[in-house]
Amino acid sequence: MIKVQENDFDVNLEIKKITSQNKNIGGVGLFIGIVRDDYDKKLKSMTLEHYPIMTEKMLEKINLEAKNRWKLIDSIIIHRYGKLYPGDQIVLVATFSQHRKDALEACEFLIDWLKTKAPFWKLEATNTGNKWVKEKNSDLEAVKKW
Amino acid sequence: MHIKYFSWVRDQIGVESENITLSNEITSVNDLLNYLKNKSEKHNKALSDISVIRCAVNMEVVNLDFSIDDNDEIALFPPMTGG
Repeated sequence: MIKVQENDFDVNLEIKKITSQNKNIGGVGLFIGIVRDDYDKKLKSMTLEHYPIMTEKMLEKINLEAKNRWKLIDSIIIHRYGKLYPGDQIVLVATFSQHRKDALEACEFLIDWLKTKAPFWKLEATNTGNKWVKEKNSDLEAVKKW
Repeated sequence: MHIKYFSWVRDQIGVESENITLSNEITSVNDLLNYLKNKSEKHNKALSDISVIRCAVNMEVVNLDFSIDDNDEIALFPPMTGG
């Protein structure tokens, strides 16, 4: 299930919607991305912009890829856009499988992929002004292993 | 052709999108970028460093040698930073 939305999400609720429907699920791989204020940065807000429709298409595509590579019973990607503040939830990736290995690996694959291939851009507002977040080499390296 | 801009590419060019009619000489993304660079000072500045420009044609990320035609939706943007 893919959702691109401005509103916050309730992790527990989203997971229970799936686990209550399928009793074969033995484990959930989970990643929750949070807006981080690095200690010296004094982040005021982070605004996420995206490319509507392309975002959904790309997320559907990668979700399908995860399902082809691992034995997943279900999966959730919820990615927010709009103005967020330190401590706010940005993204939820949850993968459901019979056994933990499939869930954990697929979850890591999905979040690594999202970092560099989902059409989102982050604008940080700090005391010294606004700055678009640059691509990180560590993220580019992380996605290569898949 | 409809062209969309995102993030700082849009900020620097100053518009979210624009329509242009392609001449016969423009057949690839690279040709389009060269055309746009000559369109205005703002376009030229925004697109000066091609290494930080990514392109999607009809919502699929493509290389600069990708062929394009008048019916395509093109998007130009910096490297993506999701998650």
